[in-house]
Amino acid sequence: MFEANFLLNIGEEVAMLLFGIGFANLLFQKNLIKKIIGLNIMDTAIYLFLAEKGYITGRVAPIVVDGIQDVEKYINPIPSGLVLTGIVVSVSVTALMLSLTVRLYQRYQTLDLDEISERLRKEGL
Amino acid sequence: MQFVQNVPFFSIMISMFSGIVSSVLPEKAAKRLNAVMIIIVNIMSLWLLYFFLTADVKSYTFMMGHFPAPWGNEIRAGVLEAGMAWFVSVVMLLSLLGGRKKLFDEVEETKHNIYYILANLLLSSLLALIYTNDLFTAYVFVEINTIAACGLIMIRQNGRTIEAAVRYMIMSLLGSGLLLLGICMLYDLTGHLLMSNIQEQVAIIMQTGTYRVPMLVTIGIMTVGLAIKSALFPFHSWLPDAYGYSTVSSAAILSSLVSKGYIFLLIKLFYRVIGFEYIADSHILNVLFAFGLCGMIFGSVSAIWENDIRRMIAFSSVAQIGYIYMGFGLGTEAGMVASIFHILAHGATKALLFIAAIGLTDVSAGSRKFIDITGAAYRNKIAGVGFMIGSFSMVGMPIFAGFISKFLYAEAAVNAISWRMFPTLIVLAISTILNTIYFLKTVLRIYIPEKPEVEQEKGFFCRTWKEQKLYTVTILLFIGLNLILGLNSEPIIQLIKMGLANFK
Repeated sequence: MFEANFLLNIGEEVAMLLFGIGFANLLFQKNLIKKIIGLNIMDTAIYLFLAEKGYITGRVAPIVVDGIQDVEKYINPIPSGLVLTGIVVSVSVTALMLSLTVRLYQRYQTLDLDEISERLRKEGL
Repeated sequence: MQFVQNVPFFSIMISMFSGIVSSVLPEKAAKRLNAVMIIIVNIMSLWLLYFFLTADVKSYTFMMGHFPAPWGNEIRAGVLEAGMAWFVSVVMLLSLLGGRKKLFDEVEETKHNIYYILANLLLSSLLALIYTNDLFTAYVFVEINTIAACGLIMIRQNGRTIEAAVRYMIMSLLGSGLLLLGICMLYDLTGHLLMSNIQEQVAIIMQTGTYRVPMLVTIGIMTVGLAIKSALFPFHSWLPDAYGYSTVSSAAILSSLVSKGYIFLLIKLFYRVIGFEYIADSHILNVLFAFGLCGMIFGSVSAIWENDIRRMIAFSSVAQIGYIYMGFGLGTEAGMVASIFHILAHGATKALLFIAAIGLTDVSAGSRKFIDITGAAYRNKIAGVGFMIGSFSMVGMPIFAGFISKFLYAEAAVNAISWRMFPTLIVLAISTILNTIYFLKTVLRIYIPEKPEVEQEKGFFCRTWKEQKLYTVTILLFIGLNLILGLNSEPIIQLIKMGLANFK
């Protein structure tokens, strides 16, 4: 019973694992670029989760081409729409983070956030 | 449907489009457009509030794009939403007015219209968070809110603010990642994104007992996500830098509105998405309660150790957010009402404190150290008065707003009849004493006269109200808002209760 369910939902489990990896990277990495990579892994894991949940084997995207209007033939398009919206949000957030990183690197020649904080404290700004 | 019912849609759209238009306007026009837009939103929200109080309609949903319920996107308005929208626009307007002169010192002049774009977008996202009835729309506007707030922090270009903005973004992104995951899992469990539809399905899930554990995990994830974003105690490390070094208007807006937007979304989540009885039954509120109590103590202790007036006020915010979550944690209607009142009281007071503090540090040669602001209240009298009244309100003196919220908390704790009563009362007392220590210490210091030779040596100067008319008017309006909340609390509490009653 457990094994069958485990194998059936393997995609969701991988998504949760990836989410955890991304979350931990964003939280614990010192290097800013690695943090941003963690952010992207975290967001992508959510899209994987949505895609896994939204797809039903044997059905197709709800675009009526050959006149079939039966609900049973198509998948729900909303999860795909959510993925698209999520991608837009994540791209803009990533761009903002990268631009902030560039600013900090130009100023302090390092990507280590703790070192930057340390130097700021010494400057006493 | 009457015309006034379009107000929520209009206010969101006006603020968003004025943000877009500001990008091509010169600095002065952007400034005027911003002020006019906020005043229009303010008047419209008041009109909507008046409509709810006089008409039979107590709340309604508004279809966006004419698609009916389970498919289309919806806006919902009620007494609580209209009141919140009015409050947000008032505090936003006053915060921007109070820091307008100072903005010329803080931000390069070519970037002023960008500042107003960010302020407009922030207002539109806050209004959307208040009015929306769709969870995914709420997520999108949470992100817009985060990006605009980050821009408001980093627009003042120095190493400190960029570092603070990075730290703010990292914490916020952790929170919104969790929120998005929670929304996706909730969609998976219930099959809906509109709040009212989700609530029906959640009731079925809770009654039949299937998927109860996934449901709890989902609620937990979303609650933790929003708690991280609104800087609940263990997640507050970004807060003092972000509030302490950004421009004064940004600090006022961030502390009194941005974190409150997320908290309001959390209230909607509790009442409109899940149903408060299920939340109260689960143990999630205990976690919020414990962290809220810790925040009340640790925020105040950090503020006592702080040697920088702006950072001290910022740490005080941590304590006040702790109060709000403690009120949620009580798990009763009275606790919720107290927390919503505290959102208003803290919003009105903290913005006043930030704006008064900038007046005090300006006449002290820009230094924010405690030793230098000695006697500052004599050099800038109106800022001194503003700071004193703000401090009295935060400490909880009668006739000011802070007293009413402390009173409501104590009343809610006594009536809660559970093990939560004693911890709440004890921590409330300790926290009040700690508040008194650091706020009254500052008030005493700014009212101790400094020797004239020291003032001359350090380059301090006096500033009368004629040199800063706009600033004086702002401070007086803030004091007035505080007194309205403090002296006229009964009708406001009735409004909050009425709003919560038809919130379901």
